[in-house]
Amino acid sequence: MTQTVLTGEKKTDTHPVDALLRADRLPHILCPGCGIGTAMHCIVHAMAESGIDRDKHVCVSGIGCSGRVAGYIDVDSYHTTHGRAIPFAVGIAVQNPELAVTVVSGDGDLTAIGGNHLIHAARRNIDLNVICINNFNYGMTGGQAGPTTPLNAQSSTTPYGCWDRPFNLPHLAHAVGAPFVARWTVLHVRQLKDAILRAMQKPGFCFIEVISPCPTNYGKFNNIGSGLEEMESYRRRCVVDHDANLADIEIDLGQEDSPIVVGNFIDVDREPFRPILAGPVREEKPHAAWAGLRKTQFVEDKNGPE
Amino acid sequence: MTSSEIRHREPLDIATARVPRGQVYIIPERCKGCDFCIVFCPVDILVFSTDINAKGYHFPIVAHGKEDACTHCGFCDLLCPELAIYTEDLNALEQEAEGDTD
Repeated sequence: MTQTVLTGEKKTDTHPVDALLRADRLPHILCPGCGIGTAMHCIVHAMAESGIDRDKHVCVSGIGCSGRVAGYIDVDSYHTTHGRAIPFAVGIAVQNPELAVTVVSGDGDLTAIGGNHLIHAARRNIDLNVICINNFNYGMTGGQAGPTTPLNAQSSTTPYGCWDRPFNLPHLAHAVGAPFVARWTVLHVRQLKDAILRAMQKPGFCFIEVISPCPTNYGKFNNIGSGLEEMESYRRRCVVDHDANLADIEIDLGQEDSPIVVGNFIDVDREPFRPILAGPVREEKPHAAWAGLRKTQFVEDKNGPE
Repeated sequence: MTSSEIRHREPLDIATARVPRGQVYIIPERCKGCDFCIVFCPVDILVFSTDINAKGYHFPIVAHGKEDACTHCGFCDLLCPELAIYTEDLNALEQEAEGDTD
């Protein structure tokens, strides 16, 4: 066989996943070194691989840097008011169970102003995929401390260090009953893509925390020079442990020697939310994506065969 | 088994297996020079160009002498926040072109 002789890179102006993006709006507004673009890239790849029709995908996001993602993904996408991405998505998911509804938003939007909605959607196990991009502060408004800002971390509103304990998001989601809980960083692109794919195919409330660098605000206040430096620290510190005790996996970004535990922590079957009025209809006509899901073997079944 | 014996073990399919070869594609106008693809490339083939794009960022190019080294792992593609780089499997493209005569 003759081998083509390569002459280095080729320049082009389109990307293979542009078909699922509003490519005319690229390059996006996010800062150099920000990880939200990578998370968006993984979501788009997962959508392309999910086998679910593009018309059945819905992307909902709130306000913030991560809230911009819905504007770039070319499926039915909604940019909602601050903190209300989940209530909006609940309406879509309950009204039309055929749809694969993905909520993409930031830690401030989902866990601070939208915290109540998060816990109650998880408690009722509504069929949503919630991707919470955690950059440890309110990035878009100037780096204020949020509910995930680590202890002693500096921000524009905590110049002497944050003295509030941060949320441990996987523990929170598990405690209120989410049947799928994962945490990855934007460096773990393949695992993140697989987790999102699993969430899209699994019925019920799937929660994925995505840890992302924010060099412009979080990094600036905490002596982290660039997004690359933060990514390098993920490479040094991340430990994959699917069976970790969720109460022990708080993130302390300031302590160089403390590990960041990542993994697909929880993957169990729980009956998703079904209103009494929708009950009989659901039994006659099961969710198309749900049927395929049960046969998907993604995480080595740590809970044993069903 | 001694360590020297282990060293001489060969994969059973070494005669037939082919290392994937990739062609790197770059979209210079989208790049913001975050350096992720250059630092995290497992075969270390990317470097910053001396040219800049319209926004003034140096974009990645394949290093001189490593034109043939890409293994089409696709990590740069997934990692790029700007969707500005991807690779294609050259072996598959060649096989398609030759009508899969192997």
